[in-house]
Amino acid sequence: MNVSRIRDTARQLRRDIVEMTHCAGSGHPGGSLSAAEIMAVLYFHVMRHDPARPQWEARDRFYLSKGHACPVLYAALGEDGYFATAEFKRFRKLGSLLQGHPHRLKTPGVEASSGSLGQGLSLAAGTALGLRMDKRKSRVFCLLGDGELQEGQVWEAAMAAGHFRLDNLCAVVDYNNLQIDGAVEQVMGLAPLADKWRAFRWNALEVDGHSVDALVSAFDRAANTRGKPTVLLAKTVKGKGVSFMEDKAEWHGRAPNREEYEKAMEELT
Amino acid sequence: MNKSHIDRDLDLKTVGQKPTRFGYADALLALGEADPRVVVLDADLAKSTLTGRFAEKFPGRFFDCGIAEQNMLGIAGGLALAGKIPFVNTYGVFLAGRAWDQIRTSVCYGELNVKVVGAHGGLSVGPDGATHQALEEIALMRVLPNMRVIVPCDSNEARKATLAAAKLDGPVYIRLGREPTPVITTEATPFRFGQAETYRNGRDVAVFACGLMVYLALIAAEKLAQLGISARVINLHTVKPIDEKLTVKAAMECRAAVTCEEHQVMAGFGSAVAEVLARKCPVPVEMVGVRDSFGESGEPWELLKKYKLTDEDIVKAVVRVIKRKKQR
Repeated sequence: MNVSRIRDTARQLRRDIVEMTHCAGSGHPGGSLSAAEIMAVLYFHVMRHDPARPQWEARDRFYLSKGHACPVLYAALGEDGYFATAEFKRFRKLGSLLQGHPHRLKTPGVEASSGSLGQGLSLAAGTALGLRMDKRKSRVFCLLGDGELQEGQVWEAAMAAGHFRLDNLCAVVDYNNLQIDGAVEQVMGLAPLADKWRAFRWNALEVDGHSVDALVSAFDRAANTRGKPTVLLAKTVKGKGVSFMEDKAEWHGRAPNREEYEKAMEELT
Repeated sequence: MNKSHIDRDLDLKTVGQKPTRFGYADALLALGEADPRVVVLDADLAKSTLTGRFAEKFPGRFFDCGIAEQNMLGIAGGLALAGKIPFVNTYGVFLAGRAWDQIRTSVCYGELNVKVVGAHGGLSVGPDGATHQALEEIALMRVLPNMRVIVPCDSNEARKATLAAAKLDGPVYIRLGREPTPVITTEATPFRFGQAETYRNGRDVAVFACGLMVYLALIAAEKLAQLGISARVINLHTVKPIDEKLTVKAAMECRAAVTCEEHQVMAGFGSAVAEVLARKCPVPVEMVGVRDSFGESGEPWELLKKYKLTDEDIVKAVVRVIKRKKQR
């Protein structure tokens, strides 16, 4: 593994995110930027997949439950060659491959449609169950937002995945502690979050979500855990990498204007 | 014409009765044998929905998801993404209602091959009362893009509809009932997805019905014959996609229509028929169904009477619509 190359990739994903949301004039940069290392590690190190064969049966699956963070998913898929990166400029535009929230039938490499929060982990658990029935080695990854964990369905899914002992399932929580209305702990507190997952029979790992090394070793531990699913509680900073966006709830769903775009791109060189 | 394909003895006292869920359970067992991709999910109601029979025979392909319907829909969607053909089961209220957004976003938007089977549709659920009597699923499901909606008229048809649904790729909703209801079709009665069947010929009024109401429409037609009114009875088991051709032809020839559903008339089955007729053949329409109200506890046939869903109510609706037709 080349750590510095993955770090470079994460920086490139951030540039793509800023470009996409700037060109679209809308979208969700904050929660996309916070997941750049998570996605770079998954798509460029951990997951078995092949851009030339998006439907390859033996591939690992990735489901984006926090659908609004699709710029980071599109960036990973585009940089990996699932489609031309020229499409980034058409994000959210009429007729684009890149919908405002992910749609499996529009974008090569997108496995599930999402956008209504709280649904992705159930889909991921179902696929993990199906793959296990067929004795396939493929693993299923699912990225959730922390605010999203306020949805009851997430805990229904957590209960089911724990009950079914889905050790081929690995969830990642982008734990940036911000949601639209403010700090997660103030809007609707989640702490103690690791205890909650453990109570639902999960292997819960707390990890620095911007450390490539830490993420890689956590994904390794997840792969070697038997009899229960693993969740990575990845501590992150919303808007990470762009100084004026960092840790600011207002950048959840606002696009950078020309000036902000240029400043952000300068910081991301 | 097609009457030879339905049971001639329609007298309620002597007609054979069976819940539609029985035919469904038989079909599931047959599908289980025929196709290893078929899996079944339930939300703690396997005894009631009869999926327990499948579970007994194919334990590795049955998943009880507990009392968590929204997650169950997602699990089903995920199984479909892994190449399975999931049949999801619980009462209609808790599927079409409680898990509507999961059906919308996870299943229908993603065009996932999930079969959603709502038990306990209609007032005939009986003593459990309003909370368990699903009266809105046809409306809630037919409004969703990519969703298909089937309302079988009896146990035989439920079996055929289930087998047909398994062959379709993509989401299907099947509405079943709890109570034993008259078995009016036979093994030989044709069932073709998306194609309505004319069960009785007539020229004065076209009576469109689905589910239990098909039986009541046939009884009503007998009574109307004695009044000198010739009623055509059409089983529109596939509510979506609706058989426009046969619907329009019947309305064109009869110049009046009555719709019958054990469901809210607003946005439901009658509305589906009216949408077609308003565009293609605007004839007078009367609707028999629940009128913007919840049900209540009671015996099934008592409830049908109280909420004006009997054969007599169909007769009255026909008389009204024929009067309107003559005034035109």
